[in-house]
Amino acid sequence: MTAASSTTAQLYDCRKAFAETLEALAERDERIVVVVNDSIGSSNVGGFAKRWPERLINVGIAEQNMIGVAAGLANGGKIPFVCGAACFLTGRALEQIKADLAYSRANVKLCGMASGVAYGELGPTHHSIEDYGWLRTMGGIKLVVPSDPWETGEAIKTAAATSGPYFVRISRMGVPMLNHADRIFNCETAEVMHDGNDVAIIANGVMVSRALAAARALEGEGIRARVVSLACLSPLDENVIVEAAKTGAIVTVEEHSVRGGLGGAVAEVVAAKSPCRMRMLGFPGFLPTGSASWLMEHYGLTAEGIAVAARDLAVRK
Amino acid sequence: MKLEPAERMTVSETTVARVRERARLIRRSALEMIVKAGNGHPGGDMSSADILAALYFGVLRFDPKKPLDPGRDRFVMSKGHCSGAFYSALAMAGFFPEADLASYMKPLSKLNAHPCSAYLPGVETSTGPLGHGMPVAVGMAIAAQIDNAPYRVFVLTGDGEQQEGSNWEAGMTAGHRKLSNLTLIIDRNRLQQGARTEDTVGLEPLADKWRAFGWDVEEIDGHDHAQLLRVLAAPATPRHKPLCVIANTTKGRGVSFMCDQAKWHHGVPDAAQFATAMKELEA
Ligand SMILES: Cc1ncc(C[n+]2csc(CCOP(=O)(O)OP(=O)(O)O)c2C)c(N)n1
Ligand SMILES: [Mg+2]
Repeated sequence: MTAASSTTAQLYDCRKAFAETLEALAERDERIVVVVNDSIGSSNVGGFAKRWPERLINVGIAEQNMIGVAAGLANGGKIPFVCGAACFLTGRALEQIKADLAYSRANVKLCGMASGVAYGELGPTHHSIEDYGWLRTMGGIKLVVPSDPWETGEAIKTAAATSGPYFVRISRMGVPMLNHADRIFNCETAEVMHDGNDVAIIANGVMVSRALAAARALEGEGIRARVVSLACLSPLDENVIVEAAKTGAIVTVEEHSVRGGLGGAVAEVVAAKSPCRMRMLGFPGFLPTGSASWLMEHYGLTAEGIAVAARDLAVRK
Repeated sequence: MKLEPAERMTVSETTVARVRERARLIRRSALEMIVKAGNGHPGGDMSSADILAALYFGVLRFDPKKPLDPGRDRFVMSKGHCSGAFYSALAMAGFFPEADLASYMKPLSKLNAHPCSAYLPGVETSTGPLGHGMPVAVGMAIAAQIDNAPYRVFVLTGDGEQQEGSNWEAGMTAGHRKLSNLTLIIDRNRLQQGARTEDTVGLEPLADKWRAFGWDVEEIDGHDHAQLLRVLAAPATPRHKPLCVIANTTKGRGVSFMCDQAKWHHGVPDAAQFATAMKELEA
């Protein structure tokens, strides 16, 4: 467990850390190629395209083709990083992901950009709040949801260094840099970022900094909340969930539909191994029009919203 | 436009003038919406404004008071990102109040950046992800064929959008079934999101491809209102194949500094640019 995490006020777009890490890896490993669907700018791979134009494959606006092409590239010994808006990358090409990547164990790394509700007012067609459910029910593909620039870089390095398919969710919503103390990133164990035994808050991605802010607010009221960053949804660190259940109450927080996502994954473990009270925060389904920040506020996915839920569960314990 | 089939046969001066004026108003309205929302796709809005004006004010038969009238002509806006122009055309055609356009992309508005058929009258099917319109339009055309119904089906796609395989799967179905009641319009502005189509994944020879799929093909100037009306309003009955209209356009058309620039695919004019644009779009 790490010391209490502090955050700085400055906000970062994780696509920057993603691009820097990818370029650093590509300098040393020429097997790394990038595959895009007319998404060079939105994926921040313009720098890569300039440096290695022959290693940038733009298949056009054709996502199913894109995943199949990536599987073929992997077969030929390349390490393809497929970069596109998370909504089209997953939803449009789901069967290609299932059959060509997950089932076939192809060495392809999917980088889902502007995930969750980052596209805000572009609407439900452009939100990607079903991807946890789609990908984690499949198995065979590692599903990583980094919370800040550091974790984004580590996830990309890990994906490059390990064989097999990955999906890394990369938001463009600003997030603070978190304090990971001596954490060594890995997909097998989750990170406990704040200690406490009154209630556990399990979050990932852009929700982690908000969960930590909630925990700090609750501390002032004498409620000690544990905050777990569950960056990896597949494979799932069941142990950290069972330990969290021992507090007696778990609040899950995700920038995703409340059905079949992080809350669902936690509930599966809790129900089978260590039943406890739970509250799941997330989105109910297709969302109304609104900017990303408006949607987060509207659905209570804020430090205050998390604190209300955690306080309620902790006190009623 | 109310159901007046006769008007489809001839292209009168008045119709051309009406369409020209509507196209100008669609362009102005779309830019106003984009500036108010701080978001949008002006390049594609401008390139498709004349096509939309021709369809809604010279070709399609519909009654905005009965948006689900079974006999209506169907239009599918497959390039759903160009909602600024599309919503403007729908509002001007009477499907919802023009005042609603001011709520574009605002919290709880029915006008998010991509049209949703579940709650917006006049929208036949939800679009936004590219390559969805064609298969749905083919289904509509088959339904009309089964029912021996006289309505027609039109679908507008971008040219970059043609890279989606779904267009070609649907195109094969339509060619095989000889869906002469179906018209595909391709907004051929030669730009997609990041670059030129021919520098990304080339489409040419596009007309030959559609012919090979069993379609008739017409290549026109997509900003020439008389040409648009002549080709789109011509009755479908003498034809035995679906029709593909390649409308050669300029992305950003009507606003000089936006013309043929990839960067105006997605972007918001600042106050000075907006003033310049509105000046250029004066009557
Ligand atoms: C399936 C899918 N992939 C990617 C996108 C992102 N996108 C939105 S518009 C666009 C470019 C469209 O180009 P084109 O079809 O030529 O349209 P136009 O030039 O008329 O704007 C892209 C790639 C999308 N909306 N849907
Ligand atoms: Mg185009």
